[in-house]
Amino acid sequence: MDFQLSDEQRMIKETVYKWSVNELAPIQEKIDAEDWFPPDFFRKCAEIGILGITMGEQYGGLDGDVLMQTLAIEEMSRICPALAMSYGAHSNLCANNIHKNANEALKKKYLPPLIAGEKIGALGLTEPNAGSDAMSLRTRAVKRKDKYILTGTKMFITNGPMADTILVYAKTAPEKGAKGISAFIVEKDFPGYSVARKLNKCGMRGSPTGELIFEECEVPQENLVGEENNGVNVMTSGLDIERIVLAGGSVGMARQALDYSIRYSVEREQFGQAIAKFEMIQQKLADMFARTEAARLLVYRAADAARKASRGGKGTELTRLAAAAILFAAETATWVCDQAIQIHGGYGYCLEFPVQKLWRDAKLYEIGAGTSEIRRMIIAREITAEAFARKNAR
Amino acid sequence: MNVAVLLKQTPDTESVIRIASDGKSVVTDDLKWVVNPYDEFAVEAALRLKEKHGGSVTVISCGPQRVVESIRTALAMGADTGVLIDDPALEGSDSLGVAMALAAAVKEINPDVVLCGSRAVDYDMAQRGPMVAELLGWPHLAMAVSMESDGKTVTIDRPIEGGKVVLESSLPAVVTFGGSHAVWNPRYASLPGIMKAKKKPLAVKKLADLGVDGSQAGTARVTMTSLEMPVARAAGKVIDGGLDTAGKATELVRALHEEAKVI
Repeated sequence: MDFQLSDEQRMIKETVYKWSVNELAPIQEKIDAEDWFPPDFFRKCAEIGILGITMGEQYGGLDGDVLMQTLAIEEMSRICPALAMSYGAHSNLCANNIHKNANEALKKKYLPPLIAGEKIGALGLTEPNAGSDAMSLRTRAVKRKDKYILTGTKMFITNGPMADTILVYAKTAPEKGAKGISAFIVEKDFPGYSVARKLNKCGMRGSPTGELIFEECEVPQENLVGEENNGVNVMTSGLDIERIVLAGGSVGMARQALDYSIRYSVEREQFGQAIAKFEMIQQKLADMFARTEAARLLVYRAADAARKASRGGKGTELTRLAAAAILFAAETATWVCDQAIQIHGGYGYCLEFPVQKLWRDAKLYEIGAGTSEIRRMIIAREITAEAFARKNAR
Repeated sequence: MNVAVLLKQTPDTESVIRIASDGKSVVTDDLKWVVNPYDEFAVEAALRLKEKHGGSVTVISCGPQRVVESIRTALAMGADTGVLIDDPALEGSDSLGVAMALAAAVKEINPDVVLCGSRAVDYDMAQRGPMVAELLGWPHLAMAVSMESDGKTVTIDRPIEGGKVVLESSLPAVVTFGGSHAVWNPRYASLPGIMKAKKKPLAVKKLADLGVDGSQAGTARVTMTSLEMPVARAAGKVIDGGLDTAGKATELVRALHEEAKVI
């Protein structure tokens, strides 16, 4: 087994961290306090070439691997988890899914401006009444002449309020359930599309999340991604990769909360000595370190599996690894951030110290991209499938 | 215009430095290594020359295999080729020995201009640039904070006490760089640059390959006899004690007079 990053992976990691420290750290407080998205963010991302890591060079991408993108999100999340999430939604959820599933004409049309940071991408799956039960989505797409007419509402859409290019799931054949879902590329100027509102969140502030309305929205038929009624494959194949790269965000936040805690507990003195000398603090630090490292290894392992796997989805090793990676990394991050607040005591609870922000930010990844509960369901389903099959064959 | 950049790998400026048990070297085991920040300014200046005049940028470095990482970083920023002089004879040598090796590598490339940091953030010798210029018989413009070239001459600005001086020289020449990160704002290694860096040529050479006499370049004339940490500062004193402003001022004066004995 080789636990070494390649030279390229190591340099990407270092570059994104350095870039984040120089470009994002100075504006980090404003981003959180004012729920402010810096308008030049994606243009700056494009300057260092991080928007198309997993996509082909012909579209301006890097032809790199999933671990490279995971590292980029991890390092950016140490400094600014919210913008790292917006970056993930743009580059992975929207652009990479188009790259994996759309035909050449759509890729040529939509990918270069996304990768160059000229257009902002989002993915629309979740609805007000279809969260964990994603397949119950109600947005309809009806074919009318050379167009699909979309009607419905999408909820909790990262980048939604500012997105130019949205990959949207809708039902083309509701009677077929999951097998009646299709994926479409919607531009924000298509008639019938609008943003209902931007949501006010307790964490990940600065990354705009919104509710999107499709009111008889006219989508040209050529904007169908993949085949009609095959949207569920687009969805599930992308979800594995999405979970892995976002899990990198949790690892980055855990790492940062641990770093803050080490620094603080060595500086802070009570009863005449650094609090890091007390065994109860030492136990916290040691457990925080061990869990963070374990989460990182699991996430990197899943990312490496994604590089080698020809496909993900039901029945593949990739699916169980991806679900396990984000389940464990997200819960590790919230636990580590919680411990970090405790180590910082009263200061940790105050807005002027940065640990509380990580604490608020970290919680999102136990909810977004499938809740912890759904991830556990997936893992249990996957690891018992074979034994059930054997039992049923008896 | 062909540019050579002399690049040194130094410990990260954030590193915790520990002195080894011999009292005259530094423990290097767990250090993180980076491109000497002043040399990073030189890489940036070189890339700007290339953007304006075309040509190529070659990065030349001395040191063990780990230095390859730093050369690749410069290649990822946009430099074209790298040369690493990795020869055990240079271990324990001094600035002059390193300068001999670097000058020989420069001669092989025969560039229009040689750029490097005015100093390295490790030992602050500030000798590499001037020595290489001397060995080549080229003019040396020191501590530039800006640089222009028309391809025949090179012009630099250097801040001096209360003003600045503008220097011009014919080419070829050696320019060393001062200033700060804010002055030069060196570019990031872009991700496409990182992916291409490994495919760019990087030659590893021994002193003999460059026609340098190892016994001469490897002999230290200047030796480091001891290294010491700065004296630890005592904790400051905070005047508080529930005093009003006048009371605090009185106590401050008393402390400065009786304890610090400075007034």
